[in-house]
Amino acid sequence: MIDTMPHFVFLIALILLFTAMILVLIRLYKGPTLYDRVLSTNSFGTHTVLFIGVLGFLSDRPDFLDIALLYALINFVATIAILKFFRYRAIGDVLIKRELKK
Amino acid sequence: MNFLYDIMQLIAWALILVGSVMAIIGALGALRFPDFWSRLHAASVTDSGGVIFLLLGMGIHSGFNLITFKLFLIGAFLFITGPTSSHAVANAALVSGVKTSKKNQNETGDEG
Repeated sequence: MIDTMPHFVFLIALILLFTAMILVLIRLYKGPTLYDRVLSTNSFGTHTVLFIGVLGFLSDRPDFLDIALLYALINFVATIAILKFFRYRAIGDVLIKRELKK
Repeated sequence: MNFLYDIMQLIAWALILVGSVMAIIGALGALRFPDFWSRLHAASVTDSGGVIFLLLGMGIHSGFNLITFKLFLIGAFLFITGPTSSHAVANAALVSGVKTSKKNQNETGDEG
């Protein structure tokens, strides 16, 4: 019994995390302002990191943690990039546009 | 020795279940709360509680090896970037003037 128990626990955790991801996605679809959507995207990324880790433990291949780490990195960069884009309406050439206006 | 191992596994399962329940609490708050600032507050439950308990539970479950180090890396990175991105979202929303909802204002009409 003690051998099959970890799979059961990880399966329950996986189902709960999946439900949480669905709820965050509903907020991402409904969100009235832009910032609700950015917040939901960030929260969805954190949930995905945890989901990938638990999925790796469930299938007895904990090497999935490398993918989870990579996903955490990409998630942070994506949040900052979205915010910067909607602040300045450009990602790379903000300084050049300001110099041209002068 | 075997008994101690079983106790550690039980603790790990409890931590994993508590962490996933905290994740679903944070998502439910982010879905149901009335305005942006309270949703920001609710989403940080996942960033702190869910990450702590789930990664700690998986670390205890796996023993002490390379996997624990990877889990520690993920936890340290999420602990640096989670508050940073929350602060960035909150700062951008404050600059652009997102208001609180009528339900969250007190009697004098101040926001807060």
